Amino acid sequence: MEEKMIDVFLFGKKYSVPSNLTIMGAMEYSGYQLVRGCGCRCGFCGACATLYRIKGDKELKTCLACQTQVQENMYIATLPNFPLVKEVYDINTVSTNEQVMMQLYPEIYSCIGCNACTKSCTQGINPMQYIAYAQRGEFEKCAEESFDCVMCGVCSSRCPAGISHAQVGVLARRITGKYLAPESVHLTNRVQEIENGDFTELIEKLMQKPVEELQELYNTREIEK
Amino acid sequence: MFTPEMLESVKKVEATRAERMGVEPRRMTADEKDVLLKQYHPDYRENEFVQLQMGPNKGGKVPTELGALLQAHSRIKDASLDLSNPDYDVDVLVIGAGGAGSSAAIEANEGGANVMMVTKLRIGDANTMMAEGGIQAADKENDSPATHYLDALGGGHFANKPELLSKLVSEAPSAIKWLNELGVMFDKDKDGTMITTHGGGTSRKRMHACADYSGAEIMRVLRDEVINRQIPVVDFTSAIEIIKDSEGKAAGAVLMNMETKELLIAKAKTVIIATGGAGRLHYQGFPTSNHYGATADGLVLAYRAGAELLYQDTLQYHPTGVAFPEQIFGALVTEKVRSMGAMLVNEAGEAVMHPLETRDVSAASIIRECANEKGVTTPLGKGIWLDTPMIDAIHGEGTLEKRLPGMLRMYLKYDIDMREVPILIYPTLHYQNGGIQIGADCQTSVENLFVAGEAVGGIHGRNRLMGNSLLDIIVFGRDAGKEVAKKFKDVQVKDLTLDHVNKFEKELEDTGIKTDLVSPKLLPDYRRKANYLNQAVL
Repeated sequence: MEEKMIDVFLFGKKYSVPSNLTIMGAMEYSGYQLVRGCGCRCGFCGACATLYRIKGDKELKTCLACQTQVQENMYIATLPNFPLVKEVYDINTVSTNEQVMMQLYPEIYSCIGCNACTKSCTQGINPMQYIAYAQRGEFEKCAEESFDCVMCGVCSSRCPAGISHAQVGVLARRITGKYLAPESVHLTNRVQEIENGDFTELIEKLMQKPVEELQELYNTREIEK
Repeated sequence: MFTPEMLESVKKVEATRAERMGVEPRRMTADEKDVLLKQYHPDYRENEFVQLQMGPNKGGKVPTELGALLQAHSRIKDASLDLSNPDYDVDVLVIGAGGAGSSAAIEANEGGANVMMVTKLRIGDANTMMAEGGIQAADKENDSPATHYLDALGGGHFANKPELLSKLVSEAPSAIKWLNELGVMFDKDKDGTMITTHGGGTSRKRMHACADYSGAEIMRVLRDEVINRQIPVVDFTSAIEIIKDSEGKAAGAVLMNMETKELLIAKAKTVIIATGGAGRLHYQGFPTSNHYGATADGLVLAYRAGAELLYQDTLQYHPTGVAFPEQIFGALVTEKVRSMGAMLVNEAGEAVMHPLETRDVSAASIIRECANEKGVTTPLGKGIWLDTPMIDAIHGEGTLEKRLPGMLRMYLKYDIDMREVPILIYPTLHYQNGGIQIGADCQTSVENLFVAGEAVGGIHGRNRLMGNSLLDIIVFGRDAGKEVAKKFKDVQVKDLTLDHVNKFEKELEDTGIKTDLVSPKLLPDYRRKANYLNQAVL
């Protein structure tokens, strides 16, 4: 396939790169050995938050460098680390209503509703909405709305109230997972059964069996539909 | 979007969908699998392996790329280091800050040890973050740890170390409970019952998930907990050599700041290697689903310190890596897509196999199709279809969006709506089945040197089942943390030394190995490369 070259501007400097590359690929093609701003390379870790603007377009856009293809005349600046505020707490004694937000992240009540966070989200989720849920102590809703957050920090970089959205989301999710979601009784029971030694003999017997017998057991085992 | 050839083939896939949906493809017999693997699985390509000429596994077989790194020069060969005045002095040094390292650090901290973590990138930059599909545990009525044991043993070709596998399955439910109590949001029904599915090779539905962000959700929580406990994390700092004491026990590591290249000395009563896998070595030129730092560093450190490796010649190629579009070539398409019913379908629209065979068998089947003109041509090679529209057709509209949001988002960025059209996949280098040999106490043959996570060899035999890796990092991460918490109190570190590194260099010379390579590799070098096919360069 014919390779089309285009111009991009990495931190203001012009490079010519193949048009089919991601921003991350374009940086490497241009000679960068990345240490910062590169993690999973598939959109899950949030290491490669990036700002860009297309020449002639006033709007500043945001993305993950590993998940975004380059465009002609793209002005690119990466944001490998944004100083989020992460407050320390004890998950075992934490309050499970909005009190905890007032204590740890009171700045969320300064949200002016500008929606800059949501407009900038690299995941296309709605931080302004989940911060509103957090304000009201509606942690399950906050957890669900924030679930796909990769904590890249872009929303916080655009926030006039200095909110660390991603950290608020983690807190709400941990409270939800630990305290608000229903207990899995079958799990609690099974842990107890194992502690009682109910399966020890069964496993020890398997461990003693010769390979031929194990193969037979495996090849004829019943598989749940 | 798709090429005209792809669109033609999509029509064939759509034409056979209704018929295929009614029929569950036959599972292969044990003999059929053997024949298939020998002919098509990359582990059987003899010319892609070398024999180690030195070290604890002398004579053993390793992938060529790993062999070169295991028999390379130390990064500190010419550096004069003062070991008498360490920069850090701790009870427990954890190398690596993914799921295993973080679990180990939390448990060691819980046990009263002074713990420090070092990681060459950030905490959470790890394969854990990218594990999408789920985590196994036999916690349902119709299941038992013994059934889990047999599934993993058969999937691993009966090579799993029994003492490690029995721990994996027996401690699985308590690992899930631990995570749940830390606040991990597992998918549950309204009454609290865990929503569980099959994975390739499971005989019971025991795959627990957090949508398709399972590993990310676990990692976010573990990271938050490490920070809450104020465990120091020295980031952008790699361990480049294990330090021993004059009695030959592990006693710390030489560290290197990844940005300034400054060398630092960490002294420790116990060391845990939790450095993860090796996908970024691009064995046999395969693309990889692994994170940027997966370069087998821990294996190199341990080998040079005298620890034995196990099954280092067996790798897992995840059957469903992205084959198209090229921007995300090699990225993971979670096995959960197959768990939920999507079939593997060739160019002609024929179902290739039962969708829930083990990963090695599935990968070999896909390679076979592509080698026999039954694949679809892509800009970077070949692929076959994963028929994703089947998911909503089976489970109802909206299911794919709810259960696989990450996958849907990844493809939508390239204007491919996987609810409407199938996606093209090809095997991608995914997991290091083997690694460093440990005993049931997580300790290597070098005293006070422990290992947890993907760097361990033996838990999964010669092929790992889906959902047993997230499980093993938690189970063995926690166990390693508890073991060192017991052990450190009795450890008296003698004089620090790097004599073993000097001896290794001497052995390299005596063996007549000529190499310019230094190791550990730390990061892959993708500079000046236009695509992932020419990235496999040492």
